Amino acid sequence: MKERSDTDPHGVKRRDVIKSLFALAATYTTSGCQRDADSLSNFFHTHFKRMSPEKLADTLASWERRYKKRYNRDVRVTATPAQEGVLFGYALDVSRCIGCRRCVYACVDENNQSRDPQIQWIQVLEMDNKHGIDLRHADAYYDAEEVPRDDKFYFPVQCQQCENPACVKSCPVNATWKDPDGIVVIDYEWCVGCRCCVTACPYGARHFNWAKPTLTADQLNPDTEYLGNRPRPQGVVEKCTFCMQRARKGRYPACVEVCPVGARKFGNLLDPKSEINYILKNHRIYILKEELNTQPKFFYYFST
Amino acid sequence: MKLLKNGTLFLCLPVTVALLASAPPEMAEDANPPVAEQEELIAVAPPPFSEGIFPCSDCHDPEDDVDKDPRVVDFHDTVDFNHANESRWCLDCHDAENRDMLHLADGRLISFEESYRLCGQCHAQQMNDWKAGDHGRRTGSWSGRKEYLLCAHCHDPHSPAFKPVAPMPPPIRQEKIR
Repeated sequence: MKERSDTDPHGVKRRDVIKSLFALAATYTTSGCQRDADSLSNFFHTHFKRMSPEKLADTLASWERRYKKRYNRDVRVTATPAQEGVLFGYALDVSRCIGCRRCVYACVDENNQSRDPQIQWIQVLEMDNKHGIDLRHADAYYDAEEVPRDDKFYFPVQCQQCENPACVKSCPVNATWKDPDGIVVIDYEWCVGCRCCVTACPYGARHFNWAKPTLTADQLNPDTEYLGNRPRPQGVVEKCTFCMQRARKGRYPACVEVCPVGARKFGNLLDPKSEINYILKNHRIYILKEELNTQPKFFYYFST
Repeated sequence: MKLLKNGTLFLCLPVTVALLASAPPEMAEDANPPVAEQEELIAVAPPPFSEGIFPCSDCHDPEDDVDKDPRVVDFHDTVDFNHANESRWCLDCHDAENRDMLHLADGRLISFEESYRLCGQCHAQQMNDWKAGDHGRRTGSWSGRKEYLLCAHCHDPHSPAFKPVAPMPPPIRQEKIR
C-alpha cells in the first residue's frame, strides 16, 4: 500500500502553498494600503447622489490627490451645484457657422477628452445646400482646404441637453441624470460601461472610453468638475456638459467663446432678459429630431 | 466704457440722425430697448489698428490742405478696399480735420473705440442685434459682465466680408480607431 503523503508529485508541500497564499494576501493588503489608500477607498465608492457632504468632500479630495500623483500638478475637482433659477439653453446660428471646427478642439482642450483614442464631443456636419438639413447627406469627415465651401453649409452637433433625455431613461444603474439646471451629467464611478445610453441617444452625443484615455499633464485642464470634465477612466461613457465647470460659475462654455463668427450663444432660459431668450424670440428656430420628443435645450437658428 | 447710455442708443441711420440729435434722450431710445440694459459692457481689446499706422496725425498735419476728391491715395493703396466702393472713399468715415477720429454722417466726431456707431448708420439691424448679444461673439459671463468686440475686430472695415479659413483637422474615422 502506498504511503499517504501531503507532498504532491513535484515535491511541494500543500501546507507551504497555503502559507505562501496567506503571506501574499497579507503583503498585498498592507502594501496596497500604503501604496494607494485612495484607490482602495474608491473601490467602495458611493453613488454621487447618496454621498453625505462629508463623504463628498472626502471623495473630491481623494481624487485631487490621485490626479496630482498621476499628472504631477495641482488639479481641482469640485462638485458645483446647479444655480437656483437657472435652466441653460444654447443656440447655434446655422446661417453663420463656417465649419472651421475651432469649437471641436476648444472643447477637447477644455474638457480633458482622450487624445488617443480620439474622443470629440462636437461633430461638425457638412451638409448640401440643395438637400437642406438632411442627415443622409451629411459628412463629419470633410477635409477641405478652406471653409466654407460652395454649396455647403455646416451643422455642428453635440449633446442637446434634452429636457426628456432618452439616455437617462436607458441607464440601468442610474449613473446618469438631468440636474436642475438642465445639464445631463454622468457619475463616472457609477457607470458600468454597458453603453445603453450611447445607443439610446439620437444625436450621437455620448462617447465611450474603449481604451485607457491618453491625456498628458500639459494637455490637462486642471479646473475640473466631478461630474464633468475630470479625467475619465477606461470603460465609462462621457458627453458634453455645456462646460459645467465654467457655466455654473457664470462663464460661457469654451465653444461659445472660441467661435470666430459668433454663431454660438448661451444663457439662462428662465431669465427673460438673457441673450438666449432674445435670440429665441427673434429668429426662426430649428430643433434637431424634434419628432422624437426629446425636447432639446439646444436650438439651431437662422439669423440671415 | 458705458455702452448703453441714452446717448449711444440712437439708431444712427443717416436720415434720422439729424432729427434725433435735437430730440430729448427718451425719444431717441429704441422702441425695443436692448436686453441687457443695466449691464456694463467693456471692450476686450483696443481697436485693431494696422501696425505702425496709428495715430494718423503723425503724418497728417491739421494745417495741410486736403484734396477731397474721391480717389485712391497712393500711400494707402495697399488697403484692400471692398466696401461699397462706387459710393464711398476714405473721408466718408475718416475725418479730414481731426485725423485721429472718425465722423458720423452728420459730421459728429467719434473715436475709434466707438466705431460701431459709424457702422450702425447703415447696418442698424446688426448693431441692435450686436447690443442685444445676438450678432457677434461675446466672452465673459452669461449672467453678468460681458465683454464685446468691435465690429472691426471681426470685419475688416475696408473689406468686411469674411474670408474663407482653413478648417481644423477632421476627426479620425471610427473604423480607424484602435
